[in-house]
Amino acid sequence: MDFGNIIDAALSQALGPQAIVFALAAIGLNIHFGYTGLLNFGQSGFMAIAGFGLAVSVVRFDLPFFVGVLIALVTPVLLALVLGVPTLRLRADYLAIVTIASSEILRLILGAVEFKDVFGGSNGLTGFVRPFQDLNPYSGPLDLGIVSWSRSDLWSLTVGWILVALGCLLVWALMRSPWGRILRSIREDEDAVRSLGKNVFSYKLQALILGGVFGGLAGLFHVLKQGSAVPTDFNTTFTFYAYAALLVGGAARVLGPVVGSIIFWFLVAGLGELFDQLTDGSGVNLPTWLMTDTQASLVRFIVLGLGLMLLMIFRPQGIFGDRREIAIDAR
Amino acid sequence: MRLRLAALVPLVFCLTALGALFTPTQADETPAPSPAASASAGATSSPPDADYYIAVQLLDSSKKAADGTSGVPVPDVKLTVVDDAKADVGSSVTDAEGRVYIPIDGGGKYTVELDEDSLPDGVKLSGSASTTKTVQVFLEGATNVQFQIGVTAVKATPFLTEFSQAMFNGIKYGLIIALAGLGLSLVFGTTGLTNFAHGELITFGAIAAYVFNRGFGLPVIIAGILAVVASAALGWIQDKGLWGPLRKRGTGLIAMMIVSIGLALLVRSLFQYFFGGSTRTYSEYVAQGPNKIGSLRIADKELAIVGIAIIVIVVTCILLARTRLGKAMRAVADNPALAASSGMRVDSVITAVWVLGTALTGLSGVLYAVDKQVSFVMGFKILLLVFAAVTLGGLGTIWGAILGSLIIGIVDEVGPVFGVPASIKDVGPLLVLVLILLVRPQGLLGKAQRIG
Repeated sequence: MDFGNIIDAALSQALGPQAIVFALAAIGLNIHFGYTGLLNFGQSGFMAIAGFGLAVSVVRFDLPFFVGVLIALVTPVLLALVLGVPTLRLRADYLAIVTIASSEILRLILGAVEFKDVFGGSNGLTGFVRPFQDLNPYSGPLDLGIVSWSRSDLWSLTVGWILVALGCLLVWALMRSPWGRILRSIREDEDAVRSLGKNVFSYKLQALILGGVFGGLAGLFHVLKQGSAVPTDFNTTFTFYAYAALLVGGAARVLGPVVGSIIFWFLVAGLGELFDQLTDGSGVNLPTWLMTDTQASLVRFIVLGLGLMLLMIFRPQGIFGDRREIAIDAR
Repeated sequence: MRLRLAALVPLVFCLTALGALFTPTQADETPAPSPAASASAGATSSPPDADYYIAVQLLDSSKKAADGTSGVPVPDVKLTVVDDAKADVGSSVTDAEGRVYIPIDGGGKYTVELDEDSLPDGVKLSGSASTTKTVQVFLEGATNVQFQIGVTAVKATPFLTEFSQAMFNGIKYGLIIALAGLGLSLVFGTTGLTNFAHGELITFGAIAAYVFNRGFGLPVIIAGILAVVASAALGWIQDKGLWGPLRKRGTGLIAMMIVSIGLALLVRSLFQYFFGGSTRTYSEYVAQGPNKIGSLRIADKELAIVGIAIIVIVVTCILLARTRLGKAMRAVADNPALAASSGMRVDSVITAVWVLGTALTGLSGVLYAVDKQVSFVMGFKILLLVFAAVTLGGLGTIWGAILGSLIIGIVDEVGPVFGVPASIKDVGPLLVLVLILLVRPQGLLGKAQRIG
């Protein structure tokens, strides 16, 4: 048993690119769910449409990379409009069902063999991240003893954490503005806001668009650090994990999603590595009737599911949240 | 005419997921020249006198020849040999034995082209399906070139046959969804919980039946009944151990929904932990030969699935409409506070709803597994369709859940007949859901005031 390796794996993931993807997606969900009370279960759809927005425009239409990035940021806005206009007047669970359905529709279509010529089928698209990697100023990998990253990861990390910081700054600024106060009052009591003459529908739509763009950023960053856009990366389970990360950190808190994602990945990677070592056949091992090495990779999901349940039951505000400030009791 | 229609049905089956059930019986369907006929025709050719020649024999390996060897010759197919400089060297037509010999000038690189239009109807190249083969000729005598010929004889199936077969599959699928949807709708109606762990209840039924069947060696029917009982018990445990206490704590609906997401993840991972990632089958009713019913081909187990589902749904509806408990369930769904003040024990009614709902859902899992296979994600995979069905019909309404499920099942199965690519056939029902919500947000049978 090598605790150094476990800590290394856990920390590398907790501060690594995957945690950034989660943090960006969860910042978007925080705007939706934490501040406005909208149940968006299709964040992976926003990610997919942005990631493929870039991939398709660069690979298939030969557009310049930065035009592709621009397209990737516009497509989530369009998706938010399509989803929001019909459903935001209805009860919260309708948005949940429509968003989850649309993200599945997107994933199925993007992975369909019939559209292989456009979206690349289940293998997805590659070969569009060159301009991003060419900007990499680092010359070698980084090894700090307890954590280590490759050269390209290091570049992704720099860009990613800057994006996360800017995102947090934006959310912080917006949520203390009058606009943000209206969002929070919508979460508390829609009718009260309406009686003050505010157009609730319009505010909800703006929140959906803003959070969707953060989801798009997450998707964009995901395909950039991955070097490929693969449809199965954007499945519904991702959205649920992003919710778990948000709720661990605490909804309706600026830093909640970021801290949540870091903790989420620390635990997921750490547990993964721990049980990997406990079943790899060397050193201290669990008996095989209890756990085999294929079963070992599942323990983290079991813990994750149980953790999410217990968290929601005993501390729904997460680590930093304020119990008075969560939409958890609203319908 | 009917016979001919019926004879074509296996081809439809080939194209569906039921291919596993299919036993190849089409040897007599496509007219194939028998060796006797070809001998009397005297059309066999012999190797030419040339030093170099290319030899091709076309055999349709999907069929068995009369003498038992596999593959019947494909005659009258035009083959052309082209040399390296793209100049035509010669062309000829396959004889009754499917053979052709085309003399060439000497060694070198040659391309053999097969004229696809001259292939008989229903015979297709398989493998890479390429109509050209390039060979390097070194030696005198015959250089053999092979073309793989089609395993499947694809013939256009009459639209009506294909459509009605898809309709039947759709109704079967819809009924399986309806059982699960009824469970979801009952629970949602009485408690307001959007249960994301519902898919795992479907899987639970299927896996419980698997354990009783393979583990304890019981027949599938008894294992299925026991699995439904186990599901009912699980419903009771779930309500007593988790959802009931949460209700008493006053946990909000959205919090409960997220708890159910966590529960789904937990239970699904546990299934995978103990059951494994593979798909498995029960010991009986796995590959059942289909019966011809009119122009349809339906296996006995499919009839049983449809029959059991219909009976259970009808009985459930009668119970809900007529019995005291059923009325109490509907009363609690309608207005829990009023029901409580009328002297009903709301909590006991809700427990009964959980037991009934989970049992129905477990049954749907058993039937689905008998129809297809058992896997740890089977419920998760159809959860969204169950949600779509229930929302489509109207959240919390019983008839709505059934109607919605049938629509979803039929759209899912019939879509491919109208050209929806099979790999994205699940998109159809979800699109129907989104579109109907735009026009009629309360669902088909929902009451308008529920949505505000």
